[in-house]
Amino acid sequence: MKSPERLLLSGDEAVALAARDAGIALGTGYPGTPSTEILERFATLGGRAQWAPNEKVAMEVAIGAAFTGARALVTMKHVGLNVAADPFFTAAYTGVSGALLIVSADDPGMASSQNEQDNRRYAVAAGIPMLEPSDSQEAYDFAVLAVDLSARWKIPVLLRMTTRVCHSKTLVEARRSTAQPAPEPFFERDVAARVMIPAYARPAHRKLRRKLEDLAAWNEAEGPNQVSSGDGKLGVIASGISYMHVREAAPQAAVLKLGMTHPLPIRKVREFAATVERLLVIEEGDPYLVESLRAAGIAVESAPGMYRFGELNVGRVRRILANDVTPEAAPPPGQPPELCPGCPHRTVFTALRNLDCIVAGDIGCYTLGVLPPFNALDTCVCMGAGITIGLGMRHMLPPEQARRVVSVIGDSTFIHSGITGLVEMVYNPPSTGHLVIILDNGTTAMTGMQEHPGTGRSLDHHRAGKVIIEDLVRALGIHNIRVLDPTRDPAAFQHLVAESLASGELSLIIARRDCLLATSKIKSYEIAIQEACLG
Amino acid sequence: MGEVINAKVTNIVVAGLGGQGALKASDIVADAAVRTGLDVKKSEVHGMSQRGGSVSSDVRLGARVFSPMVPPGEADFLVVLSADQVEVNRWQLRPGGTLISPGVIPENALRSKRSLNVALLGALSAALAIPVDHWHAAIRAQLPEKLHAANLEAFAVGRSARV
Repeated sequence: MKSPERLLLSGDEAVALAARDAGIALGTGYPGTPSTEILERFATLGGRAQWAPNEKVAMEVAIGAAFTGARALVTMKHVGLNVAADPFFTAAYTGVSGALLIVSADDPGMASSQNEQDNRRYAVAAGIPMLEPSDSQEAYDFAVLAVDLSARWKIPVLLRMTTRVCHSKTLVEARRSTAQPAPEPFFERDVAARVMIPAYARPAHRKLRRKLEDLAAWNEAEGPNQVSSGDGKLGVIASGISYMHVREAAPQAAVLKLGMTHPLPIRKVREFAATVERLLVIEEGDPYLVESLRAAGIAVESAPGMYRFGELNVGRVRRILANDVTPEAAPPPGQPPELCPGCPHRTVFTALRNLDCIVAGDIGCYTLGVLPPFNALDTCVCMGAGITIGLGMRHMLPPEQARRVVSVIGDSTFIHSGITGLVEMVYNPPSTGHLVIILDNGTTAMTGMQEHPGTGRSLDHHRAGKVIIEDLVRALGIHNIRVLDPTRDPAAFQHLVAESLASGELSLIIARRDCLLATSKIKSYEIAIQEACLG
Repeated sequence: MGEVINAKVTNIVVAGLGGQGALKASDIVADAAVRTGLDVKKSEVHGMSQRGGSVSSDVRLGARVFSPMVPPGEADFLVVLSADQVEVNRWQLRPGGTLISPGVIPENALRSKRSLNVALLGALSAALAIPVDHWHAAIRAQLPEKLHAANLEAFAVGRSARV
């Protein structure tokens, strides 16, 4: 037999390949670093992939697909799972009839995120089995395995990745799946499994716990957990990328690599513990393994608290092994990112600074408005919060300050979770009015220029239904709406902002100009669409 | 020819500013290394790279590579695409490691400044035991066809430069 080709793939690309090989019929998600490339690559490989307006919608669409017997994939960054948490928890009860692979891409060290939450906690909280790959080969293998497990136990499975696994490129041999070919989707009525009224949810919860017991037994017997033997003195338990750092930093140590970290193979860990003198857990992020193993009565040593913050690397693992708690040398700061020269957001933030506005900001390139030379952003919490945190401040601040509050939000972020904020604004208007500026640059710029429902193009840039933001906003009952390119006349733009703030009414400005980096791409997509129509 | 690639892992860091082609350069290094049959890992953090901030990418090659990240202060080669990024990245280089910075390319030797990244790979290539054919193949595989001629030329300029 010819050996399979060695491909140098990122973890994200490997998951996409696995999705194709495991018969995923529908992939959905919302762009978010470091998860974005999974669906993009899946589409390139011929898979059916689509962007949803947000992660909750994506999760629900994927659950619906998996209710029909199809195999579905949903991808998101770690904070996206917060948005999708509602369906995530109850999907553990309903289970699926096809398969549901959920990818959470965590960002320890916050390369491009607002927090470094550890989503392994979600698997436990919801009762969903979890696999943690440590390189691209495992990203491929575990994604295929997750689909198999999901189909076998009729339960969603979480593939928990991290930035280093998503974005590092390592060699992959794509062994085509042993999974059975996916069945044809069909509808089968099963209200006890699908309708979570209390009478059905109570037994569904018990059923979930039984599945997890079965899965724990499977994980003990044949789970993807491996022991590399050592000299018997030091034993390390690790999962994900930490395993790679450990093997390099401590080649003499015995290492138990846990591939499936929920439900945990406690007996296997206990057996491993008996073979070594010193037993240490090295994990990135929260002390999830440490706490779980200690709760099971296994005495494990943990890393000093300082290593909970940020990413691990070989150097930090060496320090953990030496129990070194001296302060770590910070690398010299590089050049921070900034709004591109000529970026239309620059005009907006210049105006907001000139007018001394209090700016409730949001998630996107424009968060960089916080940095010099603009210094024109005062809050950034999560997707959509620009509008609503602005409203909360308006409600409470004395009028002379309240009148300076402006909410800014990008177009993709507005579609994601800004709409309900505007509903709130119409329903509970601050007495001083409010001004929302939608920074519409025609793309999801921050994550690498993905499409969204406001662009009118699908994930693969073909013609799609288009949400017209100004029409939507008007329908909500906001009447002072202005749409303009702020860069055309920056002074007029600034004047409009000042006028809107002084009016004391609910106002909305759509500052519309394409992202500089996206302009030529958008043009080429539109030309291709025109040609397709004519051809 | 310089360092012989063997069981020892070779650590290369490519650094620069967003938009200079640091990540593309590291893709080419990794691609060339894969063609030798070695284990290869490449790591960087995306996200902010298009907004002008500092960017750096690690490439590691050897018989078996574990961590994808070059441990701090253990780079055998540091390739820097922008003179003002040399000092902020120097900590990544091991004592006695090789710095390859824009200064090694003679002024006006390149048709386009855009191919500085590949020219510096030419300089790097002279110190690595990767056959030159693999480099050429990697450049062709990683860049669009219309850029092949200019970049192969830039690579040759770098390969004959004095590091």
